[in-house]
This record gives sequence, C-alpha cells and structure tokens, in this order.
Amino acid sequence: MHPILFIVFLPLLAAIIAGLGNKQLGNVPAKVLTTGALFIACALSWPIFIGFLTGSAEASVIPVLKWVQSGAMSWDWSLRVDSLTAVMLVVVTSVSALVHLYSWGYMSEEPDQPRFFAYLSLFTFAMLMLVTANNLVQMFFGWEGVGLASYLLIGFWFRKPSAGAAAIKAFVVNRVGDLGFMLGIFGCYLVFGTVSIPEILNAAPSMAASTIGFLGYRFDTMTVICILLFIGAMGKSAQLGLHTWLPDAMEGPTPVSALIHAATMVTAGVFMVCRLSPLFETSETAMHFIAFIGACTCFFAATVGCTQWDIKRVIAYSTCSQLGYMFFATGVGAYGAAMFHLFTHAFFKALLFLGAGSVIHSMHHEQDMRFYGALRKHIPITFWTMTAGTLAITGVGIAGFVGFAGFYSKDAILEAAFGSGTAVGGFAFWMGIAAALMTSFYSWRLVFLTFFGKPRWIQSEHIQHAVHDAHGHGHDDHAHDAHGHGSAAEEDAGESTDHHDAHAHAAPALGVSGPNYDTHGDGTGGYHPHESPLVMLVPLIILAIGAVAAGFVFQHAFVSEGTGEFWKGALVFHEHLIHAMHGVPTWVKWAPFTVMALGLLTAWYGYIKNLSFPKAVAEQLGPVYTFVYRKWMFDELYNAIFVRPAFWLGKVFWKVLDIGVIDKFGPDGAAWVVARGSTYAQKVQSGYLYSYALVMLLGLVGAISWVIAG
Amino acid sequence: MSGFPILSLMLLVPLAAALACLYLDAKSARMVALLATLANLALGVVLWMNFDVGGAQWQFQERHELFSGFSYALGIDGIALLLIELSVFLMPICIGASWNSIEKRVGEYMAAFLLVETLMIGVFTAQDIFLFYMFFEAGLIPMYLIIGIWGGADRIYASYKFFLYTLLGSVLMLVAMLWMVHTAGTTFVPTLMTYDFDPQAQTWLWLAFFASFAVKMPMWPVHTWLPAAHVQAPTAGSVILAGVLLKMGGYGFIRFSLPMFPEASAYFAPLVWGLSMAAVVITSLIALVQDDMKKLIAYSSVAHMAIVTIGLFAFNPQGLEGSMLVMLSHGLVSGALFLCVGIIYDRLHTREIARYGGLAINMPRYALFFLLFTMASIGLPGTSGFVGEFLSLGGIYQVSSWTALICTTGIILGAAYMLYLYRRVVFGDQKNADAAAMADLDLREYLMVIPLGLAVLWMGVYPESFIAPMRADIAALDARLARAKPEGDAKLAMGKEKPAHEEAAHEGAH
Repeated sequence: MHPILFIVFLPLLAAIIAGLGNKQLGNVPAKVLTTGALFIACALSWPIFIGFLTGSAEASVIPVLKWVQSGAMSWDWSLRVDSLTAVMLVVVTSVSALVHLYSWGYMSEEPDQPRFFAYLSLFTFAMLMLVTANNLVQMFFGWEGVGLASYLLIGFWFRKPSAGAAAIKAFVVNRVGDLGFMLGIFGCYLVFGTVSIPEILNAAPSMAASTIGFLGYRFDTMTVICILLFIGAMGKSAQLGLHTWLPDAMEGPTPVSALIHAATMVTAGVFMVCRLSPLFETSETAMHFIAFIGACTCFFAATVGCTQWDIKRVIAYSTCSQLGYMFFATGVGAYGAAMFHLFTHAFFKALLFLGAGSVIHSMHHEQDMRFYGALRKHIPITFWTMTAGTLAITGVGIAGFVGFAGFYSKDAILEAAFGSGTAVGGFAFWMGIAAALMTSFYSWRLVFLTFFGKPRWIQSEHIQHAVHDAHGHGHDDHAHDAHGHGSAAEEDAGESTDHHDAHAHAAPALGVSGPNYDTHGDGTGGYHPHESPLVMLVPLIILAIGAVAAGFVFQHAFVSEGTGEFWKGALVFHEHLIHAMHGVPTWVKWAPFTVMALGLLTAWYGYIKNLSFPKAVAEQLGPVYTFVYRKWMFDELYNAIFVRPAFWLGKVFWKVLDIGVIDKFGPDGAAWVVARGSTYAQKVQSGYLYSYALVMLLGLVGAISWVIAG
Repeated sequence: MSGFPILSLMLLVPLAAALACLYLDAKSARMVALLATLANLALGVVLWMNFDVGGAQWQFQERHELFSGFSYALGIDGIALLLIELSVFLMPICIGASWNSIEKRVGEYMAAFLLVETLMIGVFTAQDIFLFYMFFEAGLIPMYLIIGIWGGADRIYASYKFFLYTLLGSVLMLVAMLWMVHTAGTTFVPTLMTYDFDPQAQTWLWLAFFASFAVKMPMWPVHTWLPAAHVQAPTAGSVILAGVLLKMGGYGFIRFSLPMFPEASAYFAPLVWGLSMAAVVITSLIALVQDDMKKLIAYSSVAHMAIVTIGLFAFNPQGLEGSMLVMLSHGLVSGALFLCVGIIYDRLHTREIARYGGLAINMPRYALFFLLFTMASIGLPGTSGFVGEFLSLGGIYQVSSWTALICTTGIILGAAYMLYLYRRVVFGDQKNADAAAMADLDLREYLMVIPLGLAVLWMGVYPESFIAPMRADIAALDARLARAKPEGDAKLAMGKEKPAHEEAAHEGAH
C-alpha cells in the first residue's frame, strides 16, 4: 500500500475514534491517538517530499473508490501525489503535528479535549484530501471539509455568542466563494467535458481563444472559468472583498488560528491557482485580475494590521496580507515563488500564532497588546522564537548573501512582479513594497508592545481576575472567564466583529501605567507571567528553526534556474521569469530591505523611544485612522447591504407575499367565496372535510369508470 | 423471483396490518405497525437484491385486466425502485417516532400510517394510469386525517389548506388523463410513455399535469400549504410528508410530464426555471426569519425541491440523475431534521427556536446528529445532499447560466438559515432551565437517527449504489427528450486557430 493512504486516512480514523469516543474515551487516549496519527503522517510525508527534491520520485495517482458516474460526467475518490502535493503534504502534516502537540499544553485546562483534537484531525484529513485531489470535485470536497472543520473550531467555545457568530460568518462568506468555485467546475465540464484536473489542464491551451455565452453576454471562455474559480480561491484565502471572516475567525482557540487560519487552509486558494496554473495561463485577463486583487489585499490588510490592538488580529491581518503576496505572485506567473512563500509562511506564521498563544497563555487569556509590555524577561523562549518569526516575516537578510525565510520568498515575489514587466506587475510591486514597509512596522510593533517597555498588565481585567483568584481557586474558572466576555448577544451573524473593542477595558494611554489598582507601583499588579510548558515550547523551537532556515535551504528547489526539474510540470514554471528576476536593477533588490529597516525604525521610535508619537499620529490622521482602524468599514458595509436586507426581505416575502397575497387570494380567498356562495360549504370548514374529500374522490373514480366503460 | 407478486405483497402487508390495527389496543397496534413496516423493509431489501440492474426496463410486472381497459398493472423501473426503498426505509422510523408521542386513538393512527405506506408504494408501482391516479389522490386522505386528528392547535385550517390546493390540481390532471386514454387507446403507462402526442395537445396536457405536480412538489407560489401542514402535523407526519409525499410531484414529472410531453416540457422549461429561481431565493430568505423550527425546515424544503425541478428540466442525464438524488437525499435529510425537531419537541413541547439554546452542553450526541443532518441539508460534500445538488446545478448550467447562478445562491442562503438555526438551538449558553435539563438521546432515538445518518453518509460517499439502478432509465428518458432539448446559452465558439509558429513560441515560454 502506498504511504499516502496512511497519511490521508490515519487522521480521519483518529478523528472518528476520538470524536465518537469523546468523554468515554478520555482526554489522554484521544490526544495520544490523534497526535500519534499526525506524527506518523508527518514522518511518512517528508520522505515523499525529499523523493521529489532529489528527483527520484514520480508523480502518481492512487485510486481509492468510485464516486460518481452520471452520463459523461464522472469523478472518483483518488489520491494524486506529485511535487506540488508533496510540498503541501509536508506543510500540512508538519504544522498539524506540531499544533496537535502544542495543544496538549494550550488546551490542558479545557474540559472538552477529545472533541477539540478530533476536529483538528478531521481538518487535517480534509486538507489532505484537498491537496491530493486529482479532480475538481474532490478538491471541492476537501475545500468544504476544511470549511466544516474551520466552522467547528471557530465555534469550539460555542457558549460564547461571538464564537457562534464568527463560525457562521466564516462558513457563509466562504460559501459565496464556493458559488464561484462550483460554477467554475460546471464551466470546466461544459467546455472540456470532464472534471479531471490533468485532462482539463491538457485541453486548456486549445480553448484559449474560444468564446462562451454567460449570463446573456459573450466572454472569453477561459477568462470566465478562471475568474469563477478564482472567486472560490478568494473566499477560502480571504482576499479583499471576501476577507471579512478571517479576523473574526480568531474567536477560535489559538492553535486553530495557527493551523487553519495561517498555515494551511487559507493557503488552499493559492494552492488551487498553482495546481490549475496551466488553465490560468490561458487567460491574461484572469491573471491580471488575480494580480490586482492580490496586490490590493496585501496593501489593505497591512494598513489594518498597523492599527489593531488584539495580538491575534494583528497576525490575522498579516496573514491576509501575506496571502495577497502569494496571489499577485501567481498573477504575474511566478507560481514557484508563490508556493515558496506559502511554504516559508506556513512555518513563520504558525510560529507567530503559536507564540502569540504562548503569550496569551502566560497573560491569563488577555489578548490586548495595550496590556502587555516587558514580557521578554518573563517568557524568554517565547520571546526569542517570536523574534525569529518576526525576522522571518519582515524579511531580514542581505541580498545575495543570507537571510531569514521570508527574505527569500518575499523578495522572490517582489522581484518577479517587477521583472514581469507588465503594468499590473508594476502596480503589484509598489503595493508589495508599501505592504512590506507596513509589515515590518506592525510586526515589530507587536514585538515591542509585547516584550519591551514597562508592564501595563494591571489594567487588564483578565490579569486582575488572575491576581484576585491567585490565592483562591487559581485558574479553574478561566474558561468561563475568558469565554464569557463580549457577550452582548448579536442577532445578526455579521455583527460580532468589534466585541473586543467593545468590552469593558478602560482604554489606557500607552506607556502610562494605571495607578488605580497598582499596589506594586510597577504596572504588574503583582502578577507573575510564567513561561509555557515544554509541550508548547518544543513546537515553537522547531518552527523557529524552520523560520530561520526554510528559505535558505529550499530556495534552490523552489525558485531558481532548473527548478522545473523539481516541479516536473506540476505547475507552470516560467524559466524566463527567473532570468528576469535576476536581471532586476539593484535598487529593486535592495528596496525590500530598505523598507524593512524603515518599518523597524518607525516601530522602535513609536513604541520604545517616543511613546506619545503613535497617538499623535493617529489624532493627526483623524478620520483616516478611524477608517483603517474600523477595517475599512467592510463589516458595516456588508451588514448594511447584505445581512440586514436579507432579513428584511425574508420578512417581507413571508408576511406580505406568502400571507398577504398568496394565501389571501389563494386558499383563504377560495374559502371566502365558497362560504359566501353556498351553505353546504360551511361544512367544509367545520370539520366535514374528510368525508367531503372522500366523497369527491369516490365520485371521480366512479366518473372515470363510467367514461371508460362507456 | 420471477412470477412471485412481491409488489402486491408489499402493498398487502401494510394494508392488512392497517386493518388489524383498527381493532387492536394501543400497545399491540404499535407492535403490529412496527412489525409490518419492518417486514416491508425486509421485502424492500429483497426487491433491491433481485432488481436486475441493466436488465429489462420494467421488472416485477403484474397485470390483471379488470374492466374495459382498466387494469391492475404493477411494475417498477430503477426510478420507482429507489423511491420505494426510500418509503419502506422511512416507515419504521415514523412508527418509532410516534411510539410515545401519540397517545390518543393509537390504533387508528397506526392504521392511517400503514395505509399511507400502501398508497405510496402503490403510486410508485402502478403501471395503469388510473390506478396511479387513485393511489396518488387517495394517499392524501390518510394524510389529512393524520394532520386533522393528531395535529397541533391549528390543524383544521392546515388540513383544509392542504386539501384545497391538492384538489384543484388533481381535477385538472384527471381530465387530462381521460383525454389521453381516449386518444392513445391505452391506460398502460409504459406504452403512454412512448406515445407521441400532438405537440399542440401536449401543451394543455402538460399544464393540467403541472397543476397537480407543482402543488405536490411544492413549487413556488403554490407552496403555502406546506409550512402550515408541517407545523401542525405530528413529527412522524412531517417526516413522511417531507420524506416521501413531496417526492410524488417529482416522480410525476419524471414519469409523466417529461416522457409523455417532451415538446411541451421544453416549451415550458423557462417557466419552471423561473418559478424554481423564485423559490430558491424567496423561500430561503423566508426560512431565514422563521422562529418556528418546523416552519423553517418546511420552507427549506421548498427551496430544495426547486433544485429538483431545475434538474428535471435541464434535459440532460446530470440534471435528471441529480434531481433524483436530491429527492432521495431530501427524503432522508428533511425526514431526519423533522425527527430532530421532534426529539426536542417531545421533551419541551415547543417548536419555538428561542426557547432552546446550548443543547451541545446537555445533549452532545443529539448535537452531533443534528450537525450531520444540517450539513447534509446544506449540501456538504461527503453527505447525500451534495451529489444531487451538484449534479442538478451542473445539469442546468449546461442549459441556462442565469438559472444556474441564481439557484446556486441557494448554497449560500441554505448555509445561512441552517447554521443560524443550529447556532440558536445548539450553540450559545443554556438560557432556560427546562431546556438545560433535557436528557440526551435514548435507545429508541438512536435506533432512528443512526440508520438515517449512515444512509446520508453512504449516499454521499458512494452514490453509485443509488445511481446504478436508474442509470438505464435516465438514459432512456434522456434519449426520448433529445428531440426537444433546448439549446444551451453557452454556445461555445472556438477562436481563430493561432498560426503554428506563434503556438510554438507560446509553448516555449513555459
């Protein structure tokens, strides 16, 4: 049996046993089972990846089971393994295994652990089905499967109204994208007569100049199909317009954010575009569209990331922004660079999230960075690993020499955008540079606010609870405490977004320790943060190694001359783009480094040197700042034009159309006419209905018999 | 199996049990009803085992001439087989659902249910058009009784509405049938299915049948009887109403309207698409604002049935097979959802969503099954809901991209109203002490939801079991419809061939 079968189905098996066994099975067996399955899957995945790196492995498809055969449309359950899949396999299984392990510590006080681990493993299974799909429908299966797991994990703390709302929002917004994906699959079947990915990719070039009728207009066939499919990718990968679910998804436990909403699921859209790259290559318009959306997203999300106070939301917007980079890379044809960034990003972003989780853990579930500060001495390992992650994401490195992971992949993307020579490539380059500046700023801002300066812990309600409870019953009630706040019950799915801003912290002036409760006078309130347990630190350290070295080690495999050898046609690889990347002017090569340094300096000035500076800038910017802080008002806009009208229309259709019109002139009207017209009919309404029906029917049957007999 | 009248036996078993139930006390009536439905389920399994996939179109035929052309003719093809299996599968579950919740006039109640079973199987097996008509219309009588006697507070109005709508359609259909029999000179359905009626006459015949089937379906805007009937019906009544009776409309289209009137079907296809699009959007939005669980699921049924009608009127195998699978899946899933409502209704005696909340805390197993059926209703791949929905929408896309687009919004709206329901019932904190004190599933309830859950997953993962029996029948129907098939709006046109050297340069760039 091919190892891929174990890689894919062991997590499923573990999820089923842990999920159904649940409390009867107990915490430890459930954790051992799921985590064990993932480590086995991970151990089996790396040899496959290395096989492709060394060129000894060949692409193959392992059939599993027939699925559907309807007319000429058919698709099966099968597992495709090629170099593109292999990259995703190691990313998914490695991060998932580490997140499973980390969760032993992070979720240790949780009463519902088997359920949590079952969901994590279920997610991993669905994600693996997605990346091994050999046809579009199985990809859609994985696509929706990860959506389900994401829904369940965002809503894991289901008692919290905001978690329930965020879970629905994630599912429904993703469904908007899925509408595009589904229509795209239908379009592929209509045009190519198949949903098999290799067959579609083979046939795609021959359809390049054809036209198709769609919604009453005629379009270029491939443009329609590619944009429909890309709309699916926009939903799953939180691109501008369909991104609103991702920040809210931070309601889920932090390990979930690391696995699903940073390293794996949200990159499914990028994976899809790369997997179907020969298809996308046939439509220049679609490619430009992708590059444009990607560039806008990376800029937009970076601006929002600069203003947020919730540590997880900063990283969430950062993820959104980095996904934008990956998309504009694919849009200019640099699929290898996009996959490279996906690969490195998985490590350093999972690291940042897990690091943030470690901070949150040590700070008694406080997530607001305004209440952090000076943590580097208290949680040194978390500090150092997060610093490694920050060095990686900001892309620290010396051009042509050595650097952290993000330095290689992000620079490759920016150079490719510039080197592509197209207008949209240029646009993407400048957006990317601007975003890189902001990335550096918000990432260092996060580090400085969290680990440097003076402690500002005392103003946090969570810390006050902790200090208050420390001598009593300790941490026992933290679950309720942490999950109960922000409990203003939102009726509409979309209205949950600002609960963190809304809850009752007295917004403190940064850098001024609140004296109210501070008997110790040092801003700590007598609270002592503790470094996380070893099971949480080990994944951090492993990921930190990845964040430091992944770029340098794998650079040659992903983006250099002769990389076509590695990809072996699993994605389109433009050799000429690699040459163009090498040929970009020196200033282009140095630009990312320059803006990174600038961002670092700004963050240092604002959050270490001159603490009143950010506030002054925010006040100076006034409405612009508010606009960005409120996330460009997308939630408000969508509530106003989609959510509220939907509920309003539902009421109107129900009360006015169904009851007021159809019923009034239909059955009620008929009854009225009959009641007025004959006294006999009164019996109809007074309970003789059944005998009436029977008589009616028997009469009709008699009539037929008579007609036929006669 | 040749020669053994298994279909008659399947009609007879519940009928005999129904008669017996009328004279038995409550306890024995329950037992007799359960045994009879299980016996019919066993016969259903035997029937499926012996059905020759790829064999003759009509199997297990029985025919006895009665008088002047009217005959007792039974026989099934793959389409009928699947719907019979659905009926016999759901019936024991319905009896189980009524086990404790029905306390008055149990014997009569069980008799009514068993009669429904006989009549439903009769609808799917009848090969004489008037025999079909009798089963088709008579099936409503026990249903009126179930709603009218064992229903909720407003049951009289609901059963009246139900009756009035369905009566209107059936009168027109009867007239059309009489005309057809006169013209074609036979009452035998398989012959009528290949008889070419004059296209002019087809228009009127089609409309007459449409009046009946559209109400049964139900299609927008003749759907308002459904929410009323569901809300008032007892749990098992809702299960069988949504599970099987709604499928009679779809069965009617696929057995009568499409093969007998292909030209008229094509002519009226845009009408069906239009009503279906309206149904998906309007009833989904209405479902979103419901406070009553049963009403919500009833409205969602209308939206799902619209996916059936667009599949049927897509004129291709994907659409036809998809709509059949949606019917089967909806039978399982909506039945299961009504059952889920019934389970908590039995405990708290209210259907008001706001009275529940936080059930995941005290009823985690229930939450799991409810989640499974919710996801199946949303059409998550891997569950039964997906395959049919996907094929139907894929089928209609080949004909009309507008219809496909509008109807595919159902996947967004469906997710919205179902998850919103799930959130309010299962998520959140426990708001009411009585809801918080409800016990999780008991053995009887497990025995009902587990088979449903397994069937939902089976149909999602390996739908081939359900497609294979009907494949040849759908292919035959597709061939019959080919002459009237509407042209799709895609009209794929190849571009100018690129000069060879440019092509080569393009390739080299990769």
